[in-house]
Amino acid sequence: MPQEILLKVSDIDAYYGSLQVLWDVSIEVKTGETVAIIGANGSGKSTLMNSISGIMHPVRGSIMFDGMDITMMDPYQIVTLGISQVPEGRRIFPDMTVYENLRLGAYNHRARPKREQSFENVYQHFPILEKRKKQLAKTMSGGEQQMMAIGSALMSDPKLLLLDEMSLGLSPIVVNELYYVLKEIRSKGITIIFVEQNVRRTLEEAERAYILETGHVVLSGSAESLRAEEKVKKAYFGA
Amino acid sequence: MNEIFSDIATPVISGILLGGLYTVIALGLSLVFGVMKLINVAHGDLVIFGSYFAYSIMTYLGFNPVLSLVAGIPLLFAVGFAIQKYFMARVFKRSMEAPLLIAFGISLVFENLYQILFTPMSRGLTTSYSLESFILGDIYIPVVYLLNLIVALIVMIALSLFLKKTFIGQAIIASSQDIRAAQLMGINTARIFCLTFGISAAISAVAGVFLGLTFPFTPVSGIPFLIIAFGVVILGGLGSIIGTFVGGIILGLAQTLGAQYISASAQMLILYVIVLVILAVRPQGLFGR
Repeated sequence: MPQEILLKVSDIDAYYGSLQVLWDVSIEVKTGETVAIIGANGSGKSTLMNSISGIMHPVRGSIMFDGMDITMMDPYQIVTLGISQVPEGRRIFPDMTVYENLRLGAYNHRARPKREQSFENVYQHFPILEKRKKQLAKTMSGGEQQMMAIGSALMSDPKLLLLDEMSLGLSPIVVNELYYVLKEIRSKGITIIFVEQNVRRTLEEAERAYILETGHVVLSGSAESLRAEEKVKKAYFGA
Repeated sequence: MNEIFSDIATPVISGILLGGLYTVIALGLSLVFGVMKLINVAHGDLVIFGSYFAYSIMTYLGFNPVLSLVAGIPLLFAVGFAIQKYFMARVFKRSMEAPLLIAFGISLVFENLYQILFTPMSRGLTTSYSLESFILGDIYIPVVYLLNLIVALIVMIALSLFLKKTFIGQAIIASSQDIRAAQLMGINTARIFCLTFGISAAISAVAGVFLGLTFPFTPVSGIPFLIIAFGVVILGGLGSIIGTFVGGIILGLAQTLGAQYISASAQMLILYVIVLVILAVRPQGLFGR
Protein backbone atom coordinates (compact mmCIF):
# COMPACT_ATOMS: atom_id res chain seq x y z
CA MET A 1 0.00 0.00 0.00
CA PRO A 2 1.55 3.30 -0.99
CA GLN A 3 1.86 5.55 2.03
CA GLU A 4 0.77 9.10 1.67
CA ILE A 5 2.89 12.02 2.70
CA LEU A 6 1.65 13.47 6.00
CA LEU A 7 4.18 16.25 6.51
CA LYS A 8 6.20 18.01 3.85
CA VAL A 9 8.65 20.72 4.85
CA SER A 10 9.96 22.39 1.70
CA ASP A 11 13.08 24.53 1.51
CA ILE A 12 12.55 26.51 4.70
CA ASP A 13 14.85 29.24 5.99
CA ALA A 14 14.33 30.26 9.61
CA TYR A 15 15.86 32.96 11.76
CA TYR A 16 16.30 33.64 15.45
CA GLY A 17 16.16 37.42 15.43
CA SER A 18 18.69 38.33 12.74
CA LEU A 19 20.58 35.06 13.01
CA GLN A 20 19.78 32.49 10.36
CA VAL A 21 19.35 29.04 11.93
CA LEU A 22 17.92 26.92 9.10
CA TRP A 23 19.05 26.96 5.48
CA ASP A 24 16.89 25.42 2.81
CA VAL A 25 15.71 22.56 4.99
CA SER A 26 13.36 19.99 3.48
CA ILE A 27 11.96 16.90 5.14
CA GLU A 28 9.15 14.53 4.29
CA VAL A 29 7.29 12.19 6.61
CA LYS A 30 4.78 9.57 5.55
CA THR A 31 1.77 8.51 7.59
CA GLY A 32 2.71 5.94 10.22
CA GLU A 33 6.45 6.49 9.96
CA THR A 34 8.86 7.12 12.81
CA VAL A 35 11.47 9.61 11.73
CA ALA A 36 14.40 11.00 13.68
CA ILE A 37 16.08 14.37 13.38
CA ILE A 38 19.64 14.06 14.59
CA GLY A 39 22.11 16.79 15.25
CA ALA A 40 24.37 18.41 17.80
CA ASN A 41 23.43 21.34 19.99
CA GLY A 42 22.73 24.41 17.87
CA SER A 43 22.24 22.43 14.66
CA GLY A 44 18.70 23.78 14.28
CA LYS A 45 16.72 20.72 15.41
CA SER A 46 14.54 22.58 17.87
CA THR A 47 14.01 25.44 15.42
CA LEU A 48 12.76 22.91 12.89
CA MET A 49 10.38 21.44 15.49
CA ASN A 50 9.16 24.89 16.51
CA SER A 51 8.58 25.85 12.87
CA ILE A 52 6.42 22.76 12.36
CA SER A 53 4.38 23.42 15.51
CA GLY A 54 3.97 27.11 14.66
CA ILE A 55 5.89 28.56 17.61
CA MET A 56 8.16 30.11 14.96
CA HIS A 57 7.49 30.86 11.33
CA PRO A 58 9.99 30.28 8.53
CA VAL A 59 10.98 33.27 6.43
CA ARG A 60 11.05 31.26 3.18
CA GLY A 61 9.68 27.90 2.15
CA SER A 62 6.51 26.10 3.09
CA ILE A 63 5.18 23.47 5.48
CA MET A 64 2.30 21.26 4.36
CA PHE A 65 0.47 18.95 6.76
CA ASP A 66 -2.26 16.54 5.71
CA GLY A 67 -2.77 18.51 2.51
CA MET A 68 -2.93 21.91 4.21
CA ASP A 69 -0.49 24.79 4.20
CA ILE A 70 0.36 25.38 7.86
CA THR A 71 3.43 27.57 7.28
CA MET A 72 1.95 30.68 8.86
CA MET A 73 -0.62 29.14 11.19
CA ASP A 74 -0.66 29.77 14.94
CA PRO A 75 0.27 26.88 17.27
CA TYR A 76 -3.30 26.40 18.50
CA GLN A 77 -4.57 25.95 14.93
CA ILE A 78 -1.82 23.45 14.19
CA VAL A 79 -2.63 21.46 17.36
CA THR A 80 -6.27 21.32 16.30
CA LEU A 81 -5.20 19.92 12.91
CA GLY A 82 -3.37 17.08 14.70
CA ILE A 83 0.26 17.99 15.35
CA SER A 84 1.28 17.82 18.98
CA GLN A 85 4.71 18.79 20.24
CA VAL A 86 6.30 17.61 23.46
CA PRO A 87 8.74 20.47 23.89
CA GLU A 88 12.30 20.23 25.10
CA GLY A 89 12.76 20.43 28.86
CA ARG A 90 9.35 18.99 29.84
CA ARG A 91 7.38 22.20 29.81
CA ILE A 92 4.52 21.29 32.07
CA PHE A 93 2.23 23.32 34.31
CA PRO A 94 3.99 22.88 37.65
CA ASP A 95 1.22 24.13 39.94
CA MET A 96 -1.50 22.03 38.37
CA THR A 97 -2.29 18.43 39.19
CA VAL A 98 -1.43 15.61 36.83
CA TYR A 99 -5.11 15.26 35.99
CA GLU A 100 -5.45 18.97 35.19
CA ASN A 101 -2.33 18.89 33.04
CA LEU A 102 -3.65 15.96 31.05
CA ARG A 103 -7.10 17.47 30.73
CA LEU A 104 -5.60 20.62 29.20
CA GLY A 105 -4.06 18.44 26.52
CA ALA A 106 -7.59 17.85 25.23
CA TYR A 107 -8.29 21.58 25.02
CA ASN A 108 -8.69 21.75 21.26
CA HIS A 109 -12.18 21.36 19.81
CA ARG A 110 -11.42 18.18 17.94
CA ALA A 111 -10.06 16.39 21.04
CA ARG A 112 -12.56 17.63 23.61
CA PRO A 113 -15.40 15.21 22.83
CA LYS A 114 -12.98 12.25 22.93
CA ARG A 115 -11.57 13.26 26.28
CA GLU A 116 -12.68 10.32 28.42
CA GLN A 117 -11.45 7.87 25.82
CA SER A 118 -8.12 9.69 25.62
CA PHE A 119 -7.73 9.56 29.40
CA GLU A 120 -8.18 5.78 29.28
CA ASN A 121 -5.67 5.55 26.47
CA VAL A 122 -3.05 7.62 28.32
CA TYR A 123 -3.56 5.73 31.61
CA GLN A 124 -3.13 2.50 29.69
CA HIS A 125 0.23 3.66 28.31
CA PHE A 126 1.34 5.20 31.62
CA PRO A 127 -0.48 3.54 34.56
CA ILE A 128 1.60 5.62 36.99
CA LEU A 129 -0.20 8.76 35.83
CA GLU A 130 -3.53 7.39 36.98
CA LYS A 131 -2.08 6.66 40.41
CA ARG A 132 -0.59 10.14 40.59
CA LYS A 133 -3.46 12.05 39.04
CA LYS A 134 -4.19 14.20 42.09
CA GLN A 135 -0.55 15.08 42.68
CA LEU A 136 0.89 18.48 41.73
CA ALA A 137 2.99 18.12 38.60
CA LYS A 138 6.04 19.78 40.11
CA THR A 139 6.27 17.16 42.85
CA MET A 140 6.87 14.31 40.42
CA SER A 141 10.19 12.90 39.25
CA GLY A 142 11.69 13.98 35.92
CA GLY A 143 10.72 10.71 34.27
CA GLU A 144 7.14 10.94 35.50
CA GLN A 145 6.94 14.55 34.30
CA GLN A 146 8.11 13.47 30.86
CA MET A 147 5.48 10.70 30.82
CA MET A 148 2.90 13.32 31.73
CA ALA A 149 4.13 15.65 28.99
CA ILE A 150 3.79 12.83 26.44
CA GLY A 151 0.41 11.96 27.96
CA SER A 152 -0.78 15.55 27.54
CA ALA A 153 0.31 15.48 23.91
CA LEU A 154 -1.63 12.24 23.37
CA MET A 155 -4.73 13.82 24.91
CA SER A 156 -4.88 16.19 21.94
CA ASP A 157 -5.63 13.21 19.67
CA PRO A 158 -2.62 13.80 17.41
CA LYS A 159 -1.88 12.38 13.98
CA LEU A 160 1.72 13.52 14.28
CA LEU A 161 3.69 13.57 17.52
CA LEU A 162 6.83 15.73 17.78
CA LEU A 163 9.21 14.77 20.58
CA ASP A 164 12.00 17.23 21.28
CA GLU A 165 14.91 15.71 23.26
CA MET A 166 12.64 13.29 25.06
CA SER A 167 15.42 11.41 26.85
CA LEU A 168 17.45 14.42 27.96
CA GLY A 169 18.48 14.09 31.60
CA LEU A 170 16.57 10.86 32.23
CA SER A 171 17.93 7.56 33.50
CA PRO A 172 18.44 4.74 30.97
CA ILE A 173 15.68 2.71 32.63
CA VAL A 174 13.17 5.51 32.17
CA VAL A 175 14.34 6.11 28.60
CA ASN A 176 13.80 2.43 27.80
CA GLU A 177 10.32 2.65 29.22
CA LEU A 178 9.54 5.72 27.12
CA TYR A 179 10.77 4.06 23.93
CA TYR A 180 8.66 1.03 24.74
CA VAL A 181 5.57 3.25 24.98
CA LEU A 182 6.54 4.99 21.75
CA LYS A 183 6.38 1.60 20.02
CA GLU A 184 2.87 1.11 21.40
CA ILE A 185 1.88 4.57 20.19
CA ARG A 186 3.29 3.85 16.73
CA SER A 187 1.35 0.65 16.53
CA LYS A 188 -1.81 2.71 16.84
CA GLY A 189 -0.92 4.52 13.66
CA ILE A 190 0.41 7.76 15.09
CA THR A 191 3.28 9.24 13.11
CA ILE A 192 6.29 10.27 15.18
CA ILE A 193 9.16 12.67 14.63
CA PHE A 194 11.72 12.75 17.34
CA VAL A 195 14.75 14.87 17.88
CA GLU A 196 17.73 13.46 19.74
CA GLN A 197 21.41 13.90 20.30
CA ASN A 198 22.06 10.24 21.05
CA VAL A 199 22.71 8.94 17.54
CA ARG A 200 23.21 5.27 18.28
CA ARG A 201 19.94 4.87 20.16
CA THR A 202 18.02 7.06 17.75
CA LEU A 203 19.06 5.04 14.71
CA GLU A 204 17.84 1.89 16.47
CA GLU A 205 14.41 3.33 17.18
CA ALA A 206 13.64 5.26 13.99
CA GLU A 207 12.90 3.96 10.53
CA ARG A 208 14.43 6.95 8.79
CA ALA A 209 16.51 9.90 9.88
CA TYR A 210 17.69 13.32 8.81
CA ILE A 211 21.00 14.60 10.03
CA LEU A 212 21.24 18.34 10.60
CA GLU A 213 24.49 20.25 10.82
CA THR A 214 24.51 24.00 11.45
CA GLY A 215 21.09 24.41 9.94
CA HIS A 216 21.57 22.24 6.83
CA VAL A 217 20.30 18.73 6.14
CA VAL A 218 23.59 16.99 5.44
CA LEU A 219 22.38 13.41 5.23
CA SER A 220 19.14 11.52 5.15
CA GLY A 221 17.92 8.02 4.55
CA SER A 222 16.81 4.84 6.24
CA ALA A 223 18.21 4.23 9.69
CA GLU A 224 19.96 1.14 8.41
CA SER A 225 21.75 2.92 5.58
CA LEU A 226 22.76 5.78 7.87
CA ARG A 227 24.27 3.36 10.37
CA ALA A 228 26.42 1.99 7.58
CA GLU A 229 27.36 5.41 6.22
CA GLU A 230 31.07 6.19 6.71
CA LYS A 231 30.46 9.85 7.50
CA VAL A 232 28.02 9.04 10.25
CA LYS A 233 30.32 6.44 11.71
CA LYS A 234 33.16 8.92 11.79
CA ALA A 235 31.23 11.87 13.09
CA TYR A 236 29.02 10.19 15.64
CA PHE A 237 30.34 6.77 16.54
CA GLY A 238 34.01 7.66 16.51
CA ALA A 239 34.85 4.65 14.36
CA MET B 1 -13.04 50.11 79.58
CA ASN B 2 -15.84 49.74 77.13
CA GLU B 3 -14.77 52.91 75.41
CA ILE B 4 -11.21 51.68 74.94
CA PHE B 5 -12.55 48.48 73.44
CA SER B 6 -14.74 50.26 70.93
CA ASP B 7 -11.86 52.63 70.19
CA ILE B 8 -9.87 49.68 68.90
CA ALA B 9 -12.73 47.57 67.61
CA THR B 10 -14.20 50.23 65.35
CA PRO B 11 -11.09 50.77 63.19
CA VAL B 12 -10.27 47.05 63.23
CA ILE B 13 -13.69 46.00 61.99
CA SER B 14 -14.03 48.79 59.46
CA GLY B 15 -10.45 48.14 58.32
CA ILE B 16 -11.21 44.50 57.61
CA LEU B 17 -14.39 45.41 55.78
CA LEU B 18 -12.59 48.12 53.78
CA GLY B 19 -9.98 45.50 52.93
CA GLY B 20 -12.76 43.75 51.03
CA LEU B 21 -13.06 46.73 48.70
CA TYR B 22 -9.31 46.89 48.20
CA THR B 23 -9.29 43.17 47.40
CA VAL B 24 -11.87 43.59 44.66
CA ILE B 25 -9.95 46.55 43.20
CA ALA B 26 -6.71 44.56 43.25
CA LEU B 27 -8.01 41.23 41.87
CA GLY B 28 -8.19 42.52 38.31
CA LEU B 29 -4.70 43.98 38.45
CA SER B 30 -3.35 40.71 39.82
CA LEU B 31 -5.13 38.64 37.16
CA VAL B 32 -3.72 40.66 34.25
CA PHE B 33 -0.24 40.65 35.73
CA GLY B 34 -0.39 36.92 36.44
CA VAL B 35 -1.27 36.04 32.86
CA MET B 36 0.39 38.74 30.75
CA LYS B 37 3.16 39.98 33.07
CA LEU B 38 1.81 43.48 32.45
CA ILE B 39 1.27 46.04 35.18
CA ASN B 40 -1.85 47.63 33.81
CA VAL B 41 -1.42 51.23 34.94
CA ALA B 42 -4.86 52.01 33.49
CA HIS B 43 -6.47 49.59 35.95
CA GLY B 44 -7.52 52.31 38.40
CA ASP B 45 -9.14 54.25 35.57
CA LEU B 46 -11.16 51.18 34.56
CA VAL B 47 -12.39 50.96 38.15
CA ILE B 48 -13.38 54.64 38.00
CA PHE B 49 -15.07 53.90 34.65
CA GLY B 50 -17.27 51.52 36.65
CA SER B 51 -17.95 54.25 39.21
CA TYR B 52 -18.95 56.83 36.59
CA PHE B 53 -21.07 54.34 34.69
CA ALA B 54 -23.02 53.51 37.85
CA TYR B 55 -23.21 57.23 38.60
CA SER B 56 -24.71 57.95 35.16
CA ILE B 57 -27.24 55.14 35.41
CA MET B 58 -28.22 56.31 38.88
CA THR B 59 -28.44 60.01 37.98
CA TYR B 60 -30.15 59.77 34.60
CA LEU B 61 -32.17 56.56 34.86
CA GLY B 62 -32.68 56.42 38.59
CA PHE B 63 -31.46 52.85 39.04
CA ASN B 64 -29.65 51.66 42.13
CA PRO B 65 -25.87 51.58 41.48
CA VAL B 66 -25.62 47.90 42.41
CA LEU B 67 -28.34 47.11 39.89
CA SER B 68 -26.43 49.02 37.20
CA LEU B 69 -23.89 46.19 37.27
CA VAL B 70 -26.23 44.13 35.10
CA ALA B 71 -25.11 46.42 32.26
CA GLY B 72 -21.82 47.59 33.78
CA ILE B 73 -20.17 44.16 33.98
CA PRO B 74 -20.70 43.24 30.31
CA LEU B 75 -19.83 46.78 29.20
CA LEU B 76 -16.51 46.81 31.03
CA PHE B 77 -15.79 43.26 29.89
CA ALA B 78 -16.16 44.51 26.32
CA VAL B 79 -13.98 47.57 27.00
CA GLY B 80 -11.22 45.42 28.52
CA PHE B 81 -11.45 42.85 25.73
CA ALA B 82 -11.20 45.62 23.12
CA ILE B 83 -8.23 47.31 24.81
CA GLN B 84 -6.29 44.05 24.66
CA LYS B 85 -7.40 43.12 21.15
CA TYR B 86 -6.95 46.47 19.42
CA PHE B 87 -4.17 48.14 21.40
CA MET B 88 -2.13 45.79 23.56
CA ALA B 89 -1.97 42.76 21.27
CA ARG B 90 -0.29 44.84 18.56
CA VAL B 91 2.65 45.79 20.72
CA PHE B 92 3.03 42.77 23.03
CA LYS B 93 5.67 41.10 20.91
CA ARG B 94 7.81 44.21 20.55
CA SER B 95 9.00 44.79 24.08
CA MET B 96 7.98 44.83 27.71
CA GLU B 97 7.80 48.65 27.78
CA ALA B 98 5.48 49.15 24.83
CA PRO B 99 2.29 47.76 26.46
CA LEU B 100 3.11 49.70 29.61
CA LEU B 101 3.23 52.93 27.60
CA ILE B 102 -0.03 52.07 25.86
CA ALA B 103 -1.66 51.44 29.24
CA PHE B 104 -0.38 54.80 30.45
CA GLY B 105 -1.82 56.48 27.35
CA ILE B 106 -5.18 54.78 27.88
CA SER B 107 -5.13 56.00 31.47
CA LEU B 108 -4.64 59.61 30.31
CA VAL B 109 -7.37 59.33 27.70
CA PHE B 110 -9.85 57.96 30.25
CA GLU B 111 -9.03 60.62 32.83
CA ASN B 112 -9.52 63.42 30.34
CA LEU B 113 -12.70 61.85 29.06
CA TYR B 114 -14.10 61.79 32.61
CA GLN B 115 -13.14 65.47 33.05
CA ILE B 116 -15.03 66.43 29.90
CA LEU B 117 -18.08 64.28 30.59
CA PHE B 118 -18.43 64.70 34.34
CA THR B 119 -16.39 67.84 35.19
CA PRO B 120 -13.55 67.64 37.75
CA MET B 121 -16.07 67.84 40.58
CA SER B 122 -16.08 65.12 43.19
CA ARG B 123 -18.97 62.65 42.86
CA GLY B 124 -20.31 59.85 44.96
CA LEU B 125 -22.90 57.10 44.69
CA THR B 126 -25.37 58.20 47.33
CA THR B 127 -28.19 55.78 47.99
CA SER B 128 -30.85 55.26 50.61
CA TYR B 129 -28.53 53.04 52.60
CA SER B 130 -25.40 55.19 52.18
CA LEU B 131 -25.63 56.79 55.58
CA GLU B 132 -27.01 53.81 57.46
CA SER B 133 -25.01 51.94 60.01
CA PHE B 134 -25.53 48.77 61.91
CA ILE B 135 -24.75 48.59 65.56
CA LEU B 136 -22.63 45.92 67.16
CA GLY B 137 -22.58 46.60 70.88
CA ASP B 138 -21.07 50.07 71.05
CA ILE B 139 -19.68 50.00 67.55
CA TYR B 140 -21.26 51.67 64.57
CA ILE B 141 -20.29 50.19 61.21
CA PRO B 142 -21.57 51.69 57.94
CA VAL B 143 -23.70 49.22 55.97
CA VAL B 144 -21.66 49.99 52.84
CA TYR B 145 -18.51 48.70 54.52
CA LEU B 146 -20.18 45.39 55.27
CA LEU B 147 -21.30 45.17 51.65
CA ASN B 148 -17.66 45.59 50.59
CA LEU B 149 -16.59 42.45 52.42
CA ILE B 150 -19.57 40.42 51.23
CA VAL B 151 -18.92 41.44 47.63
CA ALA B 152 -15.22 40.64 47.98
CA LEU B 153 -16.09 37.12 49.15
CA ILE B 154 -18.56 36.65 46.30
CA VAL B 155 -16.09 37.86 43.66
CA MET B 156 -13.27 35.74 45.08
CA ILE B 157 -15.34 32.58 45.20
CA ALA B 158 -16.76 33.17 41.73
CA LEU B 159 -13.31 33.83 40.27
CA SER B 160 -11.78 30.77 41.97
CA LEU B 161 -14.54 28.51 40.74
CA PHE B 162 -14.30 29.94 37.24
CA LEU B 163 -10.52 29.43 37.10
CA LYS B 164 -10.66 25.96 38.62
CA LYS B 165 -13.72 24.46 37.00
CA THR B 166 -14.04 25.81 33.47
CA PHE B 167 -11.97 25.05 30.39
CA ILE B 168 -11.29 28.73 29.79
CA GLY B 169 -10.33 29.22 33.44
CA GLN B 170 -7.85 26.34 33.21
CA ALA B 171 -6.47 27.82 30.00
CA ILE B 172 -5.98 31.15 31.79
CA ILE B 173 -4.09 29.43 34.62
CA ALA B 174 -2.02 27.43 32.15
CA SER B 175 -1.12 30.59 30.24
CA SER B 176 -0.01 32.24 33.47
CA GLN B 177 2.26 29.31 34.35
CA ASP B 178 3.90 28.75 30.96
CA ILE B 179 2.73 30.62 27.90
CA ARG B 180 4.69 28.53 25.39
CA ALA B 181 3.49 25.25 26.84
CA ALA B 182 -0.07 26.63 26.79
CA GLN B 183 0.22 27.34 23.07
CA LEU B 184 1.42 23.80 22.46
CA MET B 185 -1.65 22.50 24.31
CA GLY B 186 -3.75 24.10 21.59
CA ILE B 187 -4.71 27.16 23.60
CA ASN B 188 -5.25 30.33 21.59
CA THR B 189 -3.24 32.51 23.93
CA ALA B 190 -4.05 35.72 22.04
CA ARG B 191 -7.72 35.08 22.77
CA ILE B 192 -6.98 34.11 26.39
CA PHE B 193 -5.22 37.47 26.81
CA CYS B 194 -8.33 39.29 25.52
CA LEU B 195 -10.60 37.28 27.82
CA THR B 196 -8.31 37.86 30.81
CA PHE B 197 -8.27 41.59 30.20
CA GLY B 198 -12.04 41.53 29.80
CA ILE B 199 -12.56 39.62 33.05
CA SER B 200 -10.20 41.99 34.85
CA ALA B 201 -12.23 44.95 33.59
CA ALA B 202 -15.52 43.22 34.48
CA ILE B 203 -14.27 42.83 38.07
CA SER B 204 -13.34 46.53 37.93
CA ALA B 205 -16.98 47.31 37.17
CA VAL B 206 -17.91 45.71 40.50
CA ALA B 207 -15.00 47.43 42.26
CA GLY B 208 -16.05 50.78 40.78
CA VAL B 209 -19.59 50.58 42.14
CA PHE B 210 -18.51 49.72 45.66
CA LEU B 211 -15.71 52.27 45.55
CA GLY B 212 -18.32 54.90 44.62
CA LEU B 213 -20.57 53.78 47.48
CA THR B 214 -17.69 53.99 49.96
CA PHE B 215 -15.66 57.04 48.85
CA PRO B 216 -16.17 60.16 46.76
CA PHE B 217 -14.31 60.00 43.44
CA THR B 218 -13.03 62.43 40.80
CA PRO B 219 -11.74 61.90 37.24
CA VAL B 220 -8.21 61.38 38.60
CA SER B 221 -9.10 58.97 41.41
CA GLY B 222 -7.82 56.08 39.33
CA ILE B 223 -4.20 56.72 40.26
CA PRO B 224 -4.50 56.58 44.08
CA PHE B 225 -6.59 53.41 43.80
CA LEU B 226 -4.10 51.93 41.35
CA ILE B 227 -1.40 52.49 43.95
CA ILE B 228 -3.53 50.85 46.63
CA ALA B 229 -4.23 47.90 44.33
CA PHE B 230 -0.53 47.69 43.55
CA GLY B 231 0.21 47.64 47.28
CA VAL B 232 -2.36 44.91 47.88
CA VAL B 233 -0.91 42.80 45.10
CA ILE B 234 2.65 43.27 46.35
CA LEU B 235 1.60 42.35 49.88
CA GLY B 236 -0.33 39.31 48.81
CA GLY B 237 2.01 38.07 46.11
CA LEU B 238 0.91 38.04 42.49
CA GLY B 239 -1.51 35.49 41.22
CA SER B 240 -2.89 34.29 44.54
CA ILE B 241 -6.52 35.11 45.25
CA ILE B 242 -6.23 34.40 48.98
CA GLY B 243 -2.98 36.36 49.13
CA THR B 244 -4.73 39.30 47.50
CA PHE B 245 -7.47 39.10 50.14
CA VAL B 246 -4.93 39.11 52.98
CA GLY B 247 -3.10 42.02 51.34
CA GLY B 248 -6.36 43.93 51.01
CA ILE B 249 -7.20 43.47 54.66
CA ILE B 250 -3.72 44.51 55.80
CA LEU B 251 -3.97 47.75 53.81
CA GLY B 252 -7.52 48.36 54.98
CA LEU B 253 -6.41 47.93 58.60
CA ALA B 254 -3.35 50.14 58.07
CA GLN B 255 -5.58 52.89 56.79
CA THR B 256 -8.26 52.79 59.52
CA LEU B 257 -5.81 52.22 62.38
CA GLY B 258 -3.56 54.96 61.02
CA ALA B 259 -6.48 57.35 60.84
CA GLN B 260 -7.46 56.49 64.39
CA TYR B 261 -4.09 56.55 66.12
CA ILE B 262 -1.88 58.80 64.02
CA SER B 263 -3.91 61.26 62.05
CA ALA B 264 -6.88 61.11 59.72
CA SER B 265 -5.05 63.23 57.16
CA ALA B 266 -2.06 60.88 57.17
CA GLN B 267 -4.00 57.68 56.53
CA MET B 268 -3.05 57.43 52.84
CA LEU B 269 0.54 58.36 53.61
CA ILE B 270 0.76 55.47 56.08
CA LEU B 271 -0.60 53.15 53.42
CA TYR B 272 1.97 54.26 50.83
CA VAL B 273 4.81 53.99 53.33
CA ILE B 274 3.82 50.40 54.05
CA VAL B 275 3.88 49.61 50.33
CA LEU B 276 7.28 51.26 50.01
CA VAL B 277 8.78 49.39 52.97
CA ILE B 278 7.51 46.05 51.75
CA LEU B 279 8.84 46.70 48.25
CA ALA B 280 12.25 47.44 49.75
CA VAL B 281 12.34 44.53 52.20
CA ARG B 282 10.41 41.81 50.39
CA PRO B 283 10.04 42.69 46.70
CA GLN B 284 8.48 39.28 46.01
CA GLY B 285 5.63 40.09 48.42
CA LEU B 286 4.79 38.71 51.84
CA PHE B 287 3.47 35.48 50.36
CA GLY B 288 5.44 35.49 47.11
CA ARG B 289 8.06 32.91 46.34
